[in-house]
Amino acid sequence: MAHITYIEAISQGLWEEMERDSSVFLLGEDIGLFGGAFKVTKGFLQHFGEDRVIDTVLAETAILGAATGAAVVGMRPVAEMQFADFVTTGFSQLVNNSASIHYRWHLPCPMVVRLPSGAGIHGGPFHSRNPEAWFFHQPGLKIVAPATPYDAKGLIKAAIRDSNPVVYLEHKRLYRHIKGEVPDTEYIVEIGKGDIKRSGNDVSIITYGSMVHMALEAADVVQNEYGISVEVIDLRSLMPLDTELIFQSVRKTGKVLIAHEDNITGGIGGEIAALISDQCFQYLDAPVKRIGAIDTPTPYCPTLEEFFLPNTKKVIAALQELAAF
Amino acid sequence: MAVTKKRTANSGTIMQQNVKVNLTKEQYLHLYYFMLLTRAFEEAILKLYRQGKIVGGAYTGNGNEATAVGSAFALETKDYLFPMHRDMGAHLVKGQSLRHLMLQHLGRGNSLSKGRDGTGHYADPSLKIYGNISHLGAMIPMAAGVALASKLRKEKAVVMTYIGDGGSNVGDVHESLAMASVMKLPLILIIENNQFAYSTPVAKQKAMEKYSDRAAGYGIPGVTIDGTDIELVYKTCKTAVERARASEGPTLIESVTMRMHGHSAHDGAEYVPKTLLVEWKKKDPVQRIEKLLQDKKILTSTIKEEYEKKVFLELEDAVQFAIDSPYPPAEDAAIGVYAV
Repeated sequence: MAHITYIEAISQGLWEEMERDSSVFLLGEDIGLFGGAFKVTKGFLQHFGEDRVIDTVLAETAILGAATGAAVVGMRPVAEMQFADFVTTGFSQLVNNSASIHYRWHLPCPMVVRLPSGAGIHGGPFHSRNPEAWFFHQPGLKIVAPATPYDAKGLIKAAIRDSNPVVYLEHKRLYRHIKGEVPDTEYIVEIGKGDIKRSGNDVSIITYGSMVHMALEAADVVQNEYGISVEVIDLRSLMPLDTELIFQSVRKTGKVLIAHEDNITGGIGGEIAALISDQCFQYLDAPVKRIGAIDTPTPYCPTLEEFFLPNTKKVIAALQELAAF
Repeated sequence: MAVTKKRTANSGTIMQQNVKVNLTKEQYLHLYYFMLLTRAFEEAILKLYRQGKIVGGAYTGNGNEATAVGSAFALETKDYLFPMHRDMGAHLVKGQSLRHLMLQHLGRGNSLSKGRDGTGHYADPSLKIYGNISHLGAMIPMAAGVALASKLRKEKAVVMTYIGDGGSNVGDVHESLAMASVMKLPLILIIENNQFAYSTPVAKQKAMEKYSDRAAGYGIPGVTIDGTDIELVYKTCKTAVERARASEGPTLIESVTMRMHGHSAHDGAEYVPKTLLVEWKKKDPVQRIEKLLQDKKILTSTIKEEYEKKVFLELEDAVQFAIDSPYPPAEDAAIGVYAV
């Protein structure tokens, strides 16, 4: 087992898939010579050459459209958006072309769009997006959002091997802050399977991405200080959702907190709450609660951003409220 | 090469070249056949539309046939085609069957899209045809991606794609040309300047003289041609195809034509000045190729009758076949969003 960072795990996964399959290639802005804005692809150009690590023009529509075209004729492109925020500039390609190709054309579209996403790095309104809800509403895309190095590596490999367009959300704040064990041997993490990151009996937290770590911290605190036993479900995949895992946990605990860093209104949490209400109503002992960012653009300065974002303290408060219900 | 310039009401300057084209008699007749077939297919579609048998809208390329047919004729089997909605002739030249095209328009379950989309909105990888979506310009980034794949895999296959005068303003087109020119991708973009973007005249779509002027901004060749002259279209496209195949990069071709019908079948196009239609009618692409082939002593009245009959029978078969084909089962709507 190697102890590596989240960002190293993504790099390793990409590297291994490129070694394994010559149809895999990377394209994006500043990913070659510069190694990427966050250095995910540092050293790739030197090893794989400029036909497989392509520094493109600054044009997100062209990048996403070109990836889609190449995928439809049998390549496996991995497109990097420098920041998840900038995927908006190429949005049409993803939602109109990539997402519906299999439904309309009956052809696979094996492409990955890597989106360095998330707030908490003082990136302000345009370098902090959690864009998953936009894509969640578009049939035809898969969405994954790993929280740990193990899942980051296993999911990038699964995404590259998938026959559909996969939106891969990599949280910027986790890049170098999170380290974890990764097997030395080959493995993948199946898309569509969540993971019980902590087992518990009183309250379930359904979460993903950066909030997994806050959920785990909060679960420790409430266990130690208040004796509340919390189960933490890391969704890992947002589309498809592992609904069975969610329902199992809810049936066991009867109380649910859904936590995501994305804005609360219209976030994926709302859909999960609706599914739980529909499928697990008779098991619920409290209303389903949600935590997310407040409904504003992401503010820039530390005080405002801290107020905007969910955090461990807010999760603890919500858990106490649920436990007391 | 002698070059003459002439000015038309709406289109700026048209470069007319007295081209020499090396086509055999058989090739000329082949072109003629596809021109007739395109015209007849679209007329059949309009008839079916009036009969209420087309599921959605009906679009024609009347006036654009020489551009559609002549451009695709410059492609080889291994090349890729990304046609637009006025390019039915390009589908046919690339090998698509009338039956498949008719099934698409009638939304049948055995159509290439299995009833999920209509008209030319389908893909047929066996013929390397990738149809358009309704967002104008949205296919050109994908076409650039296919050209990139062709380059990376050293296929020596080129990609030909199209956009209208209005659609050429969409950012997707610019981004694709920015990428394709820098990467020297084997891409040919034909801007079909047919004088109107739905109801908006081309004068309200551009401030420069010619669409091909934009090529200079990408450092690629740009040429404006008379899109009703099939020899000129073919020759120009052939040159662009050879350039792309030789890894020299993209070419931008502005093909000037006239949209002789409305935007789609529901549109009476009252906004089009009648004088413009009268003027362009004199350059009807089907009549032009007929005259060309008669002048070359290739087309006799016997051959003409024979071709017209052949086209009539082929269409009759396709229409009947499509009408007799069922819609897909309703519950099919729910399957196939994801590849397994």
